[in-house]
Amino acid sequence: MPQQRETSDTIDQPCIAPAQHGADASGSPQSGPSDRAVVRDALGVGIAVGLSGFAFGVTAAGAGISLAQTCALSLFVFTGASQFALVGALAAGGGPLTAAAGAFFLGIRNAFYGLRLSALLGLRPGVRFAAAHWVIDETTAVALAQHGRRAVRLGFTVTGATLFVLWNLTTLLGALGAEALGDTDAWGLDAAGPAVFLALLAPMLRSGAERATAGLAAVAGLGLLPVLPAGVPVLVAALAAPLVLLVHTRLLPGKRTAADGTAPEESTPEGTTPGGRGPDGPESGEAHETGNADDAARAEGTVRAREPRTAEETGTAKEDDR
Amino acid sequence: MSVWIAIGATALGCYLVKLLGLSVPAGALEHPWAKRLAALLPVALLAALTAQQTFAEQTVLVLDARAAGLGAAALALVLRAPFLVVVAAAVLVTAGVRAMA
Repeated sequence: MPQQRETSDTIDQPCIAPAQHGADASGSPQSGPSDRAVVRDALGVGIAVGLSGFAFGVTAAGAGISLAQTCALSLFVFTGASQFALVGALAAGGGPLTAAAGAFFLGIRNAFYGLRLSALLGLRPGVRFAAAHWVIDETTAVALAQHGRRAVRLGFTVTGATLFVLWNLTTLLGALGAEALGDTDAWGLDAAGPAVFLALLAPMLRSGAERATAGLAAVAGLGLLPVLPAGVPVLVAALAAPLVLLVHTRLLPGKRTAADGTAPEESTPEGTTPGGRGPDGPESGEAHETGNADDAARAEGTVRAREPRTAEETGTAKEDDR
Repeated sequence: MSVWIAIGATALGCYLVKLLGLSVPAGALEHPWAKRLAALLPVALLAALTAQQTFAEQTVLVLDARAAGLGAAALALVLRAPFLVVVAAAVLVTAGVRAMA
């Protein structure tokens, strides 16, 4: 994945500069069609994921969160997994700050998306404060798949705007719909939350380290439920991540590259089999890339619909960078 | 009120962490270990949350219709169904099992 792109700005410059000039002059023969392609990709992701706000609205209402609170979450938190986690923790009787801590930890990955995006977007400080709100899985996935600053900005903005509008709209409709339904459990809607988590989780289980972490965390999360205050077991289960990481880097030095995610990416056959990565199954090989961009592309499962294309673009971008 | 506190804390924390990523100099958090941990942390949290919301009622472990629903979701994921289909499968199967019980 495009790890090399962000870690060294200089690599990007040669390819960004011409794209920008072409865009500024607005006479570039390529800017029209390529802009349309970027917008098409961005809209596809934005619409598909934006619609899943229904699931959140319904889940929040089913968990006893008020309409105003549900909408406030989508407006001001605007990162799906954290919203679901908070609502679930509150429904289970967790204290407000314990519940918020779990949601916050899930949001930490967005910082790593921002790290990758900041050099590519090249934002002025004022714009940065606004753009930060939209730094999430989907916007990162689309932006990182683009080539050149203009396309990156366009992809980020269109995805962010589409997603923000739809996610909030569908949250409202979902919450209203759930209120109309009455007992949401009778409709099986209490299964929506965990199903969302599972859909987010599945594409991340690419190597042994991920699977060990998930297994350990699931067992800890369940086993500690009866003995710790509500909300705390999830936080303790999160320790599975550093624990597994420690075991992998210290005790299995032979597997170190795999565990670090620093396996030489050139060796992955992305470029030669563009469509072969397929939609995100752990079985689709290339299990050891752990760039967050990859997570971004895969997390929040809907992205899978366009993923073969993303993989292709990313592969191409990588080669051009060199 | 406590719900609003939770919402405020989550909104603030999640926004600041997004802003942090955009604002720190490139390379500051590029240590492989930090990146790897950032990738593994959501795995642990999502796995724990999935397990709890499927097999627990408050602090008691239970096996009910949700387990069947999540089984359907897992099957949909294996079949590479779209996100919304995965969620719909879980909801429909859970509702169906409850209706039959």
